[in-house]
Amino acid sequence: MHEIHYEAPTSLEQAVGILAKHGDSARPICGGTDLLIQMRAGVRRPHYVVDVKHIAALTGIAFDPKSGLRLGAAAPCIEIFENATLRRHYPGLVEAAHLIGSLQIQSRASVGGNLCNGSPAADTTPALIALGAVARLVGPKGERQVKVEEFVVSPGRTVIQPGELLVELLIPPPPPHSADAYIRFIPRNEMDIAVVGIGAAITLEGDRCTAARIGMGAVAPTPLFAAKASQALVGKKFDAVAIENAAQLAIEQASPIDDMRGTAEFRRHLVGVLTRRTLERAAERARRN
Amino acid sequence: MAKRTLVETVINNEPVELLCEPRQSLLEVLRDELHMTGTKEGCLTGDCGACTILVDGRPVCSCLMLGVEAQGHKLETIEGLATGAELHPLQRKFLEHASLQCGICTPGFLMSAKALLDKIPRPTEAEVRYHLAGNLCRCTGYDKIVRAVLDAARESG
Amino acid sequence: MAVKKEAHHKYRVVGTRPIRPDGIEKVTGRALYGADYYFPGMLFGKILRSPYAHARIKSIKFDKALKLPGVRAIVTADDLPEADRKPQQMGEQQVSPYYLSCNVLARGKVLYDGHPVAAVAATSPHIAEEALRLIEVDYEPLEPVMTADEAMKPGAPILIDDLRNQEEGPDQPTNVATHLQFKRGDLAAGFDAADCVIEREFRTATVHQGYIEPHASVGIWNPDGHATVYTCTQGSFTVRTLATKVLGMPEGNLKVVPSEIGGGFGGKTTIYCEPIALLLAKKTGHPVKVTMSRSEVLRATGPTSGIHERVKIGVTKEGRITAAQVWMAYEAGAFPGSPMAPGAMTVITSYDIPNLLIDGYDVVVNRPKTCAYRAPGATAAAFGVETVLDELAEQIGIDPLDLRIMNGAHEGTQQPFGPVFKRIGFIETCEALKASEHYNSKLTGANRGRGVAAGFWFNAGFQSSASVYVNQDGTASVVTGSVDIGGSRASMAMIAAEVLGLPIDEVRPVVADTDSIGYTDVTAGSRVTFATGMAVYNAAQDVVRQLKERAAKMWECTPDDVEFDNGVLRTRGDVLQPQQLTLKELAARFIRTGGPVVGRASVSTGGAGAGPAFAAICVDVEVDPDTGKVQILRVTIAQDVGTAIHPSYVEGQLQGGTAQGIGWALNEEYVYDSKGVLRNTGLLDYRMPTCLDLPAIETILVEVPNPTHPLGVRGVGEVSIVPPPAAIANAIYRATGVRMRELPMSPPRLMKALQEHRNSREGQAAAGR
Repeated sequence: MHEIHYEAPTSLEQAVGILAKHGDSARPICGGTDLLIQMRAGVRRPHYVVDVKHIAALTGIAFDPKSGLRLGAAAPCIEIFENATLRRHYPGLVEAAHLIGSLQIQSRASVGGNLCNGSPAADTTPALIALGAVARLVGPKGERQVKVEEFVVSPGRTVIQPGELLVELLIPPPPPHSADAYIRFIPRNEMDIAVVGIGAAITLEGDRCTAARIGMGAVAPTPLFAAKASQALVGKKFDAVAIENAAQLAIEQASPIDDMRGTAEFRRHLVGVLTRRTLERAAERARRN
Repeated sequence: MAKRTLVETVINNEPVELLCEPRQSLLEVLRDELHMTGTKEGCLTGDCGACTILVDGRPVCSCLMLGVEAQGHKLETIEGLATGAELHPLQRKFLEHASLQCGICTPGFLMSAKALLDKIPRPTEAEVRYHLAGNLCRCTGYDKIVRAVLDAARESG
Repeated sequence: MAVKKEAHHKYRVVGTRPIRPDGIEKVTGRALYGADYYFPGMLFGKILRSPYAHARIKSIKFDKALKLPGVRAIVTADDLPEADRKPQQMGEQQVSPYYLSCNVLARGKVLYDGHPVAAVAATSPHIAEEALRLIEVDYEPLEPVMTADEAMKPGAPILIDDLRNQEEGPDQPTNVATHLQFKRGDLAAGFDAADCVIEREFRTATVHQGYIEPHASVGIWNPDGHATVYTCTQGSFTVRTLATKVLGMPEGNLKVVPSEIGGGFGGKTTIYCEPIALLLAKKTGHPVKVTMSRSEVLRATGPTSGIHERVKIGVTKEGRITAAQVWMAYEAGAFPGSPMAPGAMTVITSYDIPNLLIDGYDVVVNRPKTCAYRAPGATAAAFGVETVLDELAEQIGIDPLDLRIMNGAHEGTQQPFGPVFKRIGFIETCEALKASEHYNSKLTGANRGRGVAAGFWFNAGFQSSASVYVNQDGTASVVTGSVDIGGSRASMAMIAAEVLGLPIDEVRPVVADTDSIGYTDVTAGSRVTFATGMAVYNAAQDVVRQLKERAAKMWECTPDDVEFDNGVLRTRGDVLQPQQLTLKELAARFIRTGGPVVGRASVSTGGAGAGPAFAAICVDVEVDPDTGKVQILRVTIAQDVGTAIHPSYVEGQLQGGTAQGIGWALNEEYVYDSKGVLRNTGLLDYRMPTCLDLPAIETILVEVPNPTHPLGVRGVGEVSIVPPPAAIANAIYRATGVRMRELPMSPPRLMKALQEHRNSREGQAAAGR
C-alpha cells in the first residue's frame, strides 16, 4: 500500500477543515472494511485518511418517536442490531445491517460507510431508501441534505464534494401500522454480496396499503428507489395481485448486468421473487404494528 | 522509512506502546512489529476470519483495521486466551474433539467462539453456526468445531 | 460416528483417540506456519504478475523501481538459468524443469492472468508493493484460449510453440499435450448386449483447493552457495528437488525446513515462492520472505482442471453393466500436466465392466497451471459416471446403491489400467451406506430429494524414511520427513507407541528438515499414514530387534531367545532361566550395552494401488424453486478406511473432503472475463462453504484392513471428495425433476434449468391437450 497520513479529529469542524484542505487526496475512514481493501488493491489512493469515529455527531444513535431516527454515519452495524429500539421500529434496516459481511465486519462497518462506498449492491442502502432516509452532509460551505436514493451517482461515486462529510442519516419515525423489511439473495447463507437486495416499507390501513416505498440494490449502476412499483401499491388493496403488479413494475425498472455474481436474466427474475417476499414480510410485520 | 506513529493500546491485559506506520494494518502490527504471529493472515479482505481478534470484546478482522486505530482500545488475541498454564475451555475442547486439522484457522475460530460464549453462554447449534460463519475452515467441514464449542459451553455453563 | 468393526481390534493404542501432540501449539498460537518466521535483517519480497492471459513480453524496465528508497533487488526470468526441457521424474511427478521454471518466472511469454513476471525485495512489504507499480512491462497481447474445447479446435492459438503429441506428429504445433487410452473387451458388442444405454455430456469448472494459508517462504543464501528455505509445503524433499533444478544448483546445497502447513489438499506439492525467495536472498545477501496474498493464490497457484466429459454406459434390465465409454478433456492450465491420467484411472474403476473404452486428453489453456487437488482428477470424472448410473438405475427400476453393489469391484477385479485389486471394501462401503439410518429414513417435504453416489481413489505409496530414537528414560522420539497436514504426527506416535509398548504421551513425533531425515515423498496421495506409517512401524521394529540384542547380551543368550511384548523383554521360558526387563529399565543401561538405540527404516511402497479407498455418500437437499438455491439438509458418508489409527482424524478427513465436494458441487468456480482475466480473486466471490452452509457431516468408517500394510492401514485422505457433486446432482433431480450436468450447480444455472424444465413440461402438457 502507498504511504498515508492518518488524522483522527475529535470535532466536526476539525474534520471538515482537514478534508477541505486536502480535497480529493483525503478520504474519511469509518469501519475501513471497504476502504482498506480498495487501498490495498490500489483502487483508491488517498494520502490522508481521516478517522471520523472520534466525532460524537457521527457515532450517536438517537430515536425520537416524533422526529424519528438520527443515525450517526460512523455508528457500527453491531450497535444498530443490538439496539432494541431500532429492532422494534426499523426491523428492515436492522436486518440489512446484520447482513453486511460477517460479525467481524459488522463490529466495524457502518451504515454511513456502506452508503459512501457507493456500491450498487450495498445492503443497507435499499433499506434506507425504503424508509425515506435523508443524508445530512456538512462541508466547508455549510450543510445540506440529500435523499438517499439520490446519494450514489455511479458505482463508487457519490454526491459528496471535496471537503464534505456525511454526518448522519435522518430517518422519519415509522407511521402507525407500518413496517419495513430487507431481503437479499446470496448463493451461500452468509458472507456474500447481494446478487439482488430489496428493501420495502409499507403502511397498511386494514387491508389497504396507504404508503409504500421499495428500494432496490444490485440491479442497476446505483441503488434505486422503485417509484412506480411503490406508487402502484398505494391506495390499493394489499393482496397477491397488488404484490405481483409491484413486482412486475420493479422488474421493469431494473437494468442489471451480467457479472460473476449472477446474470442479468437471473437478477431480473430475483427482483420479482424478492419484491414479493420482502413486501410480504413487511406486511406481516405491519399488521402487528 | 516512512514516518511512524506512537500507539498506546492494551493487548491481552498488558499496556503496550508501539510505533507503526499508518498504512500498516493491525494484523501487520501484531505480526511484523510485535511478532505475535498467532493471529493469521488468510485473505486480507475480511472474508476468512483467520485474523480475528477481539477489540473491546467484539470480534474484528485485524486485517481490516489500521494499527493506529488501536489507540486507546483493548485487544485480545490468541496468545492471551489461556490463563497462565491453564487452557481456556474452548482450547481444551478443540483438542479433545479433534477440531483442527491444519490448524491455521484455529486461532480465529477460538477468538470468534470466545466472543460468542462471552455474549451467549449456552448457544444453540444454529447460533454457533451463525456466529462462526465469518470464519472459514477448509479442512474439517466444521462438524468437530461446532461440537467443541457446544461442549465448551455445556461444560462452562 | 459409527465404526463398523471389520478389523480385528487387537491393538492397545491404534484405534484410540488421544490428543494430538502438536495440538497445544496450534490452539495457543505458538505453532509457526510459513509466514511466521522472522530473521534479523529480513527483507520482504513481492511478485509482479501479468495482467494478461496471453501475451508476449517485449521488454521489462525496472530502473525507476530500483530507485525507490528501500528497494534492494529485482529479479526476472533472466536471473534463472535456462532449465532442461526434457520431463524428469521428480518425486512422484513427471516434470519438465523448463516449464516449471517458466511458471516460476515467465520467460518470453505470459500464459495466464497472474503469471509472475518479476519480483522485488525491499525493506518493507509496502515498499516492495509500491516498487511493483514502477516496473514497466511492455506486452504484446495475444488471443487467449480459455477452455479445452477452444484449445482443441483446429487453428486455435498455440500457447507453447514447441508442444507436440505423438498422434499429431512432430510437425504439428498443438495444445494437446497427451492423449491416454484404456481399452478392454468389445465395446460395440457390450452396448449391443445392453437393454438400456444412456449417453450424456458433462462440464465442470476450474476450482481451487482453498487452503486458508497463502503460500509463504523465507530464503536464506550463504556466500558458500549453501542455502536454506523455510516454507509451507506438502513435500520438503520435493521442494528441494524442484527448486534446485530451477535454480541450477546441486540438490545437496539446499536445506528445506518445512513449516507447519495451513492446508494444502495437493496445492502445495510444487514450488512458487521458494525459488524467488532464494534468488532474492542470493542477490541481496539478506533473508527474504515472500508471501502471497489471497488474490495471488487464486490467480496464480494451481487449481484443478475444469473438464469436458462424455459418458456412455449400458446395462441389462437385471442391472448388469455391459459396457462403458468415457471421453474426457482436462484443462491443464498454462503448462502440460492436468490430473487427466488419474482421472482416467479412477473414472469407472469402482465397477467390474467387461467392455471399456476410456479416452483422456491433457490440454493447455490460458489459466494457471493446475496442481493436485484431493483425489486429483477423480471428482470431476466421477461426476459424469455417477450421474449416468443414477439415471440407469431409475430407468431399469433398481435401487441406485444396489446397481453399484451388483457391479462393484472386489478382490480379484482387474482395474482398467491393469493391476488386479487385492482385498478392498467397495461393496462393504455401499452396503454400510445402504444399511444406514439416514438412507432408511423417510425424507418428506416439498422440493426435497435424496441422492447417492460413490467414488474411488487408488492412493499413493512411494518412498518414506523414519527414525525412532529411544531416550535414556525409556521415552522415544519418532522422526519423519512427512509434513503433518492434518494430524499425522499423532498417527506416527501411535504406531511407534503400539510397537514399543509405550504410552502415547511418551512418544514425541517430529517432522524433520531435509538435512535431518532420509528422502520422503510429499504428504499427498493419502500416503502418509500408509507409507510413512509403514516406515515408522519398521523403524520401531528395528528398535525392538536391537532391544532384543541388548537384552540377549546382558542375559548371555541369543536375540532369538528374547521376546518383546507390550514394552517388556523376557527370556523365552522354554529355553532359559526366566529373566525380564522393561524397556525403561533397559534404556537406563544403554550406556553399558552399546550406546543409544536408534531404529531406522525406509520404504518404497510402489506407486498407485497401495491401498485403494472407496466412499459412498447419501445427501438430502432442498431446492428453493424460486431462486435455484440448494440447501444441504443432511449428509452421510461411508468410506473403506482400512484400520483407523486415530478414528477422530479419519472422520475429519471424511468430513473435510465431503465439505469440499459440496463446495465444488454448488458454488465454487473460476470466473474469467472475455479477455481471460480472473474476476473472482477473493474469498468473497470464490465461494467456499461456511459453517452455515453445511449440516453435521455423519461418517461411517468401514474398516476393511489393507493386506499390504502391517497394521492394515489404507489411505483415507482423499476419496471423500469424489462422490458429493454427483450425489447432490442426483438429489436435485429427485427434488425437482431436473438433471444437472454442469458444475457448479449454482443458483443462476439451476434456476435456468428449472425454468426450462417448467417451460418444456408446459409445452408437453399443451401438446397433449
